[in-house]
Amino acid sequence: MSIISIRNVTKTFVGITAVDNANIEIAANEFFAVLGPSGCGKTTLLRMLAGFETPTTGEILIDGVDVSTTAPNKRPVNMVFQSYAVFPHMSVLANVGYGLKVTGVPATETRQRAEEALEMVQLAHLAERKPDQLSGGQRQRVALARALVKRPKVLLLDEPMSALDAKLREQMQLELTRLQEEVGITFVIVTHDQDEALSMADRIAVMQSGRVEQIATPEALYESPDSRFVADFIGKVNLLDGQVTGAADQGVTVDVTHLGKVTVPHSGHAQGQVSLAVRPEKIRMTVARPDSGLLVQGRIVDWAYYGDTSHIRVQPASGPPMSVTVQNDTRSTIENGDVGDQVWLSWRAEDTLVLDR
Amino acid sequence: MESYRKNQRVFWVLAGPGSFWLLFFFLVPLGMVWILSFGEKAVIDGKISITETEITWTLANYVRALADPVYLVIMWKSIWISALATMLCLIIAYPVAFVISFASPRWRPWLLLAVILPFWINLLIRTYALIAVFRIRGYVNFTLEWIYDTLWLDGLFGPFEPLELLYNDFAVVAGLVYVFMPFMVLPLYASIERLDRSMLEASLDLGASQVATFLRVTVPLTMPGIVSGLILVFIPCLGSFLTADLLGGTNATMIGNVIERQFKAANDWPFGAALSFLLMYVTFGALALRALLSRDAEARI
Repeated sequence: MSIISIRNVTKTFVGITAVDNANIEIAANEFFAVLGPSGCGKTTLLRMLAGFETPTTGEILIDGVDVSTTAPNKRPVNMVFQSYAVFPHMSVLANVGYGLKVTGVPATETRQRAEEALEMVQLAHLAERKPDQLSGGQRQRVALARALVKRPKVLLLDEPMSALDAKLREQMQLELTRLQEEVGITFVIVTHDQDEALSMADRIAVMQSGRVEQIATPEALYESPDSRFVADFIGKVNLLDGQVTGAADQGVTVDVTHLGKVTVPHSGHAQGQVSLAVRPEKIRMTVARPDSGLLVQGRIVDWAYYGDTSHIRVQPASGPPMSVTVQNDTRSTIENGDVGDQVWLSWRAEDTLVLDR
Repeated sequence: MESYRKNQRVFWVLAGPGSFWLLFFFLVPLGMVWILSFGEKAVIDGKISITETEITWTLANYVRALADPVYLVIMWKSIWISALATMLCLIIAYPVAFVISFASPRWRPWLLLAVILPFWINLLIRTYALIAVFRIRGYVNFTLEWIYDTLWLDGLFGPFEPLELLYNDFAVVAGLVYVFMPFMVLPLYASIERLDRSMLEASLDLGASQVATFLRVTVPLTMPGIVSGLILVFIPCLGSFLTADLLGGTNATMIGNVIERQFKAANDWPFGAALSFLLMYVTFGALALRALLSRDAEARI
């Protein structure tokens, strides 16, 4: 059974539709991410779950109860704010105990549970500190402990990593995943960072301009995106425009400039103008002409070296340049080509996606 | 910002006019009044002069002010009238400041303007206007009478008895609250406006009611504004004399009126100066108390 049901929810502010007919079911104990560019409505969606906004139409059920118009302090959810919103006039311990104290939990129990929560986020030694004596990462842990101590049915996280540096972010991502498994409650995280969503979430909802574009597991989103937007938003993708010329056995034949007529597997229905999509790391780059696969010849225009990988741009005879990611799996990989060289790009038909244009 | 510290000339050009003003138009006259408080009326040709004073470093003025219960009673009364007016200002101004800070950006400047607008009218005229409001045949009584008659209460309890709203402590407190309200609203507005809204949302999210959120988060976080407002209202209240003079009549004299009388009618400048300094010491005491309290509160949290 779903712990959260978002049914036909639309939220309009004066003249602006922030969330447009969203339908999302989130299962209990799921780590769910809402991913999208800024202004796509993901934060509004989260604020409706927390109770700071009321849906214009539609309903939100938490654990089977319609909470669409329930006040924030009456909902079984807690939130970690983007700014963390740690109370500056209270000690770390008082911050964590706040939610228990104001709801009438006895003082001794409040203290005990707050200390346990601090233990869980490894901040027990800083209990007496004031927030202004903490680093950003520590403040975030306080915000986490403060929300988790309430034992909510759902924990909401609003862009929790945006204020942390890259190293700390990676560490907190692992820690959040560990915490979620440890406490066994549903996490709903809102983020614009695809790496964050892909690495942490069980399932991801991708949003754009208020609409939910696709809800799927990270693998499914990356390997089988429903739309051009999702393919382009999650990771990098090469898009080759073409024209469907006919249906083949479990696939379609598409006529693409400088690829010719190719047949690629496709389960759905496709006709007219389409785009063939292929991820940069699925492409092989060779000097000699390969025997099989989809082939494009071009000239290397750009070679960006990232240590473990190299990102290379290759300009075919016409059309936009194509991106290729090469694993630097030997120390001599870099000697395999240089800017200006003529190379062949090849990939397998089954690694190609057909997307509507 | 470092540059003006390195460049002495820039420092003096910027700080010079202000320092000059403070020194010659505030500190020096203040020192003169302080010296004056140790003086007495000069004796010329064996007679006590009415106009001339002489600095004899006597403490007689202070002794007189502290020994005569009349002055201490008036001082004490001034303190509690000012305190009452200040508290009323806070109670009325907080919701006003709250509404203004949460109003839409389009409305905010206009609401702020409405708060500041009374400053554009002379204090004297505003105080006289209050007389028109509070007097026996004033607007308050007029309105009350109209309600009374409309409800047919005159048939039950006899004709309407107008309330005596003027020339008592009530009128003085009401006048002070009216005059000094903007000094409370503005610092409160400044601190509420700066308040991080996500703090309030976090409190609600953690299960606190609106009232608990207000008392445990909003008030502590806007404390700097509250304290500034209290000081900005209490101190001028304590020294005010016009309001008490016009609205309080003889029944409600404040220390400011006594001081004014010493300088004008009684022409006893040394005694007036001594009273002024006693008032200033009380003010310093209030400020010190506030500093002590805030340090205590800091240590407690």
